[in-house]
Amino acid sequence: MAVLSFAAAINSALDVALGADPDVFLLGEDISDPGGGVYNITKGLSTKYGEHRVRDTPISESAIIGAATGAALAGKRPVAEIMIMDFLGVCLDQLANHAAKLRYMTGGQTHVPLVVRMSAGAGVQFGAQHSELLEAWLIHTPGLKVVMPSTPAAAKGLLLSAIFDDDPVVFIEPTLLYFGGAKEEVPDGDVRIPLGQARIARKGSDVTLISYGLHVHTCLAAAAQLHEAGIDAEVIDLQTLEPLDTETVFTSVKKTRRAVVVHEAVGRAGFGAELSSQIHEALFNELVEPVRRLTGPNTPVPFAKSLETAFIPTAHAVTAAATQLCATNASWA
Amino acid sequence: MDLGKAVGVMVELDVDVLLGMYEVQATIVAVDEQFRQRIARGQVSLVYYSPRGQECISAALGAHLRAEDYLVTTYRGLHDQIAKGIPLRELVAEYLGRIAGTCGGKGGPMHVTHAASGVMVTTGIVAGGLPIANGFGVAAVLDESDRVTVVCFGDGATNNGAFHEAVNLAAVWDLPVIFVCQNNQYGEHTPIGRSMRVPTVAERAGAYGIASARVDGNDPVAMWHEVGAAVDRAREGGGPTLIDALTYRFFGHILGEDLAYQPAAEREAAIAADPVLAFRARLMSEYEVAESVLGEVDRGVAAAVDDAFTFALASPEPDISSLYTDVVAEVTV
Repeated sequence: MAVLSFAAAINSALDVALGADPDVFLLGEDISDPGGGVYNITKGLSTKYGEHRVRDTPISESAIIGAATGAALAGKRPVAEIMIMDFLGVCLDQLANHAAKLRYMTGGQTHVPLVVRMSAGAGVQFGAQHSELLEAWLIHTPGLKVVMPSTPAAAKGLLLSAIFDDDPVVFIEPTLLYFGGAKEEVPDGDVRIPLGQARIARKGSDVTLISYGLHVHTCLAAAAQLHEAGIDAEVIDLQTLEPLDTETVFTSVKKTRRAVVVHEAVGRAGFGAELSSQIHEALFNELVEPVRRLTGPNTPVPFAKSLETAFIPTAHAVTAAATQLCATNASWA
Repeated sequence: MDLGKAVGVMVELDVDVLLGMYEVQATIVAVDEQFRQRIARGQVSLVYYSPRGQECISAALGAHLRAEDYLVTTYRGLHDQIAKGIPLRELVAEYLGRIAGTCGGKGGPMHVTHAASGVMVTTGIVAGGLPIANGFGVAAVLDESDRVTVVCFGDGATNNGAFHEAVNLAAVWDLPVIFVCQNNQYGEHTPIGRSMRVPTVAERAGAYGIASARVDGNDPVAMWHEVGAAVDRAREGGGPTLIDALTYRFFGHILGEDLAYQPAAEREAAIAADPVLAFRARLMSEYEVAESVLGEVDRGVAAAVDDAFTFALASPEPDISSLYTDVVAEVTV
């Protein structure tokens, strides 16, 4: 065990994978030393494994995802980095039309064991083109798996599973966790967390707060506030959005009979709409109140600090929503 | 038939190689004829992009590529798929959406893969295949193998960003990838002169610092020499080549469309100069191949193509249960 930051845990996962399997290689913009990427996530890896396995690319996102897809079809396990999630816009054809569909289109003859890493999220005043969360685009594309970790240990364990998964996995790293996330003990070596498995981040009985990535921490902060008010919130960290662990979600909501889904991406047709709908379809008669969604507004991400702060869901808003849900006495329902 | 070493010198072509190329061309003509006739009679229903007129390019590729070499092609890819060696029965069955097809009917005419023949990707997205071809090249470099990758595309693709990103990355990484532009003078309905300011596709290679050749794609002997030079360059670590192979498509972009965008006289002249018939005549006049030998090839081709259609038409469409398989590694969706 070592106490690692979020960034160091990702670096550790890449290091372990590169060391374990000669078919693993990395490609992306600026990822080699001395910098090791714009966020230094890959620092030291090109020195350790060579620039043929930690490959700098031109600023050509379609070429990056395409090269990764072709290499994956040929049996490699590439880990491509596109720096920031908004840049999906300049490589989505390669990801959505090719990597995602090739297993299906070829009747299972080929598959694409590819990981695409990217940072994402608001809170660092990067403005509308460097701050978005676009997981809904990806979840809407059959053939892609989508992962968003919330802690260093989760990041390492999930990334190792993603790299050794036989399908394309988009691995979304909340930018704020690079800078402000807490360090924690992370297992040494190749210790994986299976994809498609949610984590109970806090046990509780009165209301279920469901999120992923950065906003698991928002929900935990809300749970602490709710605890002060005598409300015992359960917090679920989904970890993987596709495949989705509905069993853990449904078990919790069946128990609490109330749920709040929290994410930073815009609400309209967002992941929360899907999850809320699934909960209603499965547990309509169990719910005391309809599922609430707390999301980013239906706007681009603004620059000004006051506006950006207002864009991002807060613990106070989660607390208020959960408190409202809990105001309805379950015995009346 | 390892004649790949004959690069750079205008060696006398072995008559077996010439006959092999003719057989491939005759097969393409015969399969195309059956598809067009059966579509016209309403016997089969498929979206069809005839490769008629472009046969010599594929035949030259087929003469140089090994089974383990990779090919990436497009929705106008029937000629490439035949030349790379996909068994005709499974190929025709895939075009007809039958369970015996190479992809079990899930790919169709625009998404044929036959990994055993090295036909890895057929894309329906113009220029979408080029970035992926680089990935096969990267895999060969990482494996230190001498496998080469050919990616075919039309002149229209060279105006797409993916072309430029991919050719540049192949150049920077010295990849063993051969970019074959089957320059049929039209991008969908728009003539090449209205789509680009430079006179040739070949000179676009200069912008990326890679080798290029402009060749009469309807001359199988000239094509054979240029492909051989490019394949040898790639196998020996000399990096990528852009081949600008001039040709013409006889039946427009998609079968059944209004051809008003194309001068009738231009099309009629191209059909009158049918490169397959011209090659047949040249084999007799220049290479002293007896007509009886060519007649034997023709009869063999006709029998094989009849057999392929009989086989394919007898194959059922896939069972509904396969709708849900091959999305990801697990069977469920």
